[in-house]
Amino acid sequence: MIAVVDYGMGNLRSVSKALEYVAPDADVQVTSDPAVVQQADRVVFPGQGAMPDCMRELSERGLRDAVINASRTKPFLGICIGLQMLFDHSDEGDIPGLGIFPGNVRRFPRGDVRDANGARLKVPHMGWNRVMQVDRHPLWENIPEDDWFYFVHSYYAVAADKESVAGRCDYGLRFACAVARDNIFAVQFHPEKSHLAGLQLLRNFSVWKP
Amino acid sequence: MLAKRIIPCLDVTSGRVVKGVNFVSLRDAGDPVEIAKRYDDQRADELTFLDITASSDDRDLILHVIEEVASQVFIPLTVGGGVRKVEDVRRLLNAGADKVSINTAAVQNPQLVADASARYGAQCIVVAIDAKMVHPGDLTTAPRWEVFTHGGRNRTGIDAVEWARRMESLGAGEILLTSMDRDGTREGFDLRLTRAVVDAIDVPVIASGGVGTLEHLAQGVVEGGADAVLAASIFHFGEHTVKEAKELMAARGIEVRL
Repeated sequence: MIAVVDYGMGNLRSVSKALEYVAPDADVQVTSDPAVVQQADRVVFPGQGAMPDCMRELSERGLRDAVINASRTKPFLGICIGLQMLFDHSDEGDIPGLGIFPGNVRRFPRGDVRDANGARLKVPHMGWNRVMQVDRHPLWENIPEDDWFYFVHSYYAVAADKESVAGRCDYGLRFACAVARDNIFAVQFHPEKSHLAGLQLLRNFSVWKP
Repeated sequence: MLAKRIIPCLDVTSGRVVKGVNFVSLRDAGDPVEIAKRYDDQRADELTFLDITASSDDRDLILHVIEEVASQVFIPLTVGGGVRKVEDVRRLLNAGADKVSINTAAVQNPQLVADASARYGAQCIVVAIDAKMVHPGDLTTAPRWEVFTHGGRNRTGIDAVEWARRMESLGAGEILLTSMDRDGTREGFDLRLTRAVVDAIDVPVIASGGVGTLEHLAQGVVEGGADAVLAASIFHFGEHTVKEAKELMAARGIEVRL
């Protein structure tokens, strides 16, 4: 069973539909129940909105321990704010995260920032961008190098442990858009909205044996 | 670097995709789910559904359409048409929309944009602006466009560029800018209008209205400065595919997701 952790921050329909699409035999459950997260074979930890709200809701719903426990024991996929929450600290609201990866979450620079071609970089970073794969992680299997994924975010993670960086993306600066360690893989982009590349990543996750 | 987006637009009424010619003689263009899947296969970057259902009885049909599409098509979906309340935004997002587009209601009640954005985040609130030129400009004065509502029938007196700025400040995450002068003409975007709005705001602008050739799409990006281009009729009847549009844009030096 694949549990999609629901702590009340937005609609998880696309994540669950995409998982059902790539793993029709898997039992996909969107759940707010810590016991279901404990029982799950695999856990997807999504997130949208503001990270302080996400952290608060996660604690208030009693899901914090179940998520931390899952991140130590079973295939675990963080998505968007679900990646950011794994870090020590976020500048958004100046709050601590779950501390599973060392490092901080920072905001893209304000003001008139331009890329190499002189195009103005808007925040949020919203749209399709290329992802450079850092290593040959099983979750990149059958996904071309430099393929396009869909992003929507204003903050990005700065991983203190460079070894944990599994994917990079350029948006005025180069940032870690995927991090991995042992049984954890987390991405800043939205695989559930990233067409074939995103579906392949979810398919890879659904059969991953870390 | 971000890719410039190509967004096919599907006008939906009573659960079917239609294409109007100057707002009359609607032609049936098919089943929304089938059409959405076809564009998805062609690597459309996003899809926009515009609910033009007149009768309120049939309003809920769009929710079923979106639910159906969202379980089979995994790219961002924007839905607009008839959005009046924050509750409408919630229902569309729950059905599977990633963004909701607000048009007439933003003019009648700008607070709706602020409320919806505060609640669900700017990234899912698109404000659609229908603009029409009211003064062509000359050697001494800039051209002026005004916001029109109700499908271009009602003149509001509001300056379109100012309106885009105000919507951005209230929390619009994106502006869908349609030239009512060009819509349905196939003469190309109003590039001066596009450029004027792009230069005035920091959120992405989607150019719309008037696309008749693939070259027009490239012009919207290169000359208009748009972040995304939206078109309906050139894709619906098999004239061109999204893939052809992207190949032409790439040949013009535009970064696209091929």
